[in-house]
Amino acid sequence: MSERIVLGIESSCDETGVGLVRLSDDGRVELLADAVASSVDEHARFGGVVPEIASRAHLTAMGPTMRRALEDSGLALSDVDAIAVTAGPGLAGALMVGVASAKAYATALNVPLFGVNHLGGHVAVDTLEHGPLPERCLALLVSGGHSQLLLVEGVGEKITEVGTTIDDAAGEAYDKVARILDLPYPGGPPIDQQAKLGDPKAIAFPRGLTGPRDARHDFSFSGLKTAVARWVETERREGREIPVPDVCASFQEAVADVLTMKAVRAAQDHDVDTLVISGGVAANSRLSGLARERCAAAGIELRVPRPRLCTDNGAMIAALGAHVLHSGAKPSPLDMPANPGLPVDTIVVQ
Amino acid sequence: MLVIALDTSTPAVTAGLVALDDGLPRVLAERVTINPRAHGELLMPQLVDVLQEAGRGFTDVDAIVAGIGPGPFTGLRVGLATATALGQACDVPVHPVCGLDAIAAAAEVTGPLLVATDARRKETYWAAYDGATRVDGPHVAKPADVPTEGYPVAAGELAEAVGLPAVGPKYPTPAGLVAAATLDADPEPLVPMYLRRPDAQEPGERKSVLTR
Ligand SMILES: [Zn+2]
Repeated sequence: MSERIVLGIESSCDETGVGLVRLSDDGRVELLADAVASSVDEHARFGGVVPEIASRAHLTAMGPTMRRALEDSGLALSDVDAIAVTAGPGLAGALMVGVASAKAYATALNVPLFGVNHLGGHVAVDTLEHGPLPERCLALLVSGGHSQLLLVEGVGEKITEVGTTIDDAAGEAYDKVARILDLPYPGGPPIDQQAKLGDPKAIAFPRGLTGPRDARHDFSFSGLKTAVARWVETERREGREIPVPDVCASFQEAVADVLTMKAVRAAQDHDVDTLVISGGVAANSRLSGLARERCAAAGIELRVPRPRLCTDNGAMIAALGAHVLHSGAKPSPLDMPANPGLPVDTIVVQ
Repeated sequence: MLVIALDTSTPAVTAGLVALDDGLPRVLAERVTINPRAHGELLMPQLVDVLQEAGRGFTDVDAIVAGIGPGPFTGLRVGLATATALGQACDVPVHPVCGLDAIAAAAEVTGPLLVATDARRKETYWAAYDGATRVDGPHVAKPADVPTEGYPVAAGELAEAVGLPAVGPKYPTPAGLVAAATLDADPEPLVPMYLRRPDAQEPGERKSVLTR
């Protein structure tokens, strides 16, 4: 069999991604190309992703992004041995563009098609950067769309949810707080930047779901967002100037504190010694810094893919597709639907 | 010349294989399913069936013709994404066709003709023709507001809704799509006809979170 080339297509939110990886006989996966087109700027004035705008952008970007990925890798479509596509979870109309494209490429090229889980892709992408994962590990996924703790027992085989947010995703809280402070969308980068200039202890914002009787592995960020809004509004009413860096630093501290505390706790509860942090918020400097400290103290190995691989892209879907192919899974049927609510334990749609 | 014809701009999921001998389209096989919610699930399996029935493969195909709407958004994109990918994978040109033009071509009416399809939200996509040549449109409007004077007949799913006797097909057909395509020129870019802006609202003033 020797080496196989797997192509991955991602269109679940506002990034159109096409990635190419090489799968070796021993299951190792190597990154060959990672082309991404983003419609993030088109959503900025709406303060969040507008599904119809994202779907339109995917259709426009899919062909050119595919061409760019092939050019970057020096490969032709005829070199591709399998195609993986995000079947869900995500925005229905957006997913449908990627799934329709993948079905057509796979059928015309006469190669197997794997409809895979976007969340599994965020975990699998780390193997492109740091090599094979241990048999069991824990993954913390944090982005505008997800905040999850996953137990990974074979990246192409078994992933179960340990905890999730009961309201907003962490990245959503960043976007909302940015709006409260009149900072640009998406909120992650400007808040991180401001936070570096502020005092993380200046304001004591609440840590959601950290009481002794609260769900051990779930998150809540809605109360934190409201607390920030209330604090800022009170200050404005009193006619005081808002110390934006202090608000950002204190908010960011609350988010990073809860995420890392719960991730380490879940790793210990499940007796695993490796933590992967992925998703757009993984690029946040305080989150990765605090995670490094706490993992070191707990004797847990921390793996964080480089920022470019943490955000949504096609390479992560190609990587998961390669692991699924290596595990010997059956291809997905040609009438496979896009599934906006695909459960996390469905790694490949059968 | 062998042409794949695809259309997902209406409730019909349409795939066909059409041979063009001396410029006349001859349908070798076609599959049409009326299901406005399953374009993404049905289109490729139907196309595979079509090729199998015709005893042809993707390597035999010389061009692809795709209906670019106007059509409700999500389904429309399935056909266009599929056509784009097939064109790239098979290295053949993809020719866009306005779905209303395809219906007019298949109606084979001489003289004035209106074509009206379902735009949902109680509106219709419509265009006016002289034979198969579009003279006005496409537009989106309430059926009652479509100017029908001087038009004896209409084609398309909403022909009767605009108040005219119906002729020709309700939906774009493979033969109509190929007849309406300009296959002897370089293809125009495959740009969907949405005719409506995305529903999106810019956020207004923030609501107070303080209780008084
Ligand atoms: Zn994601």
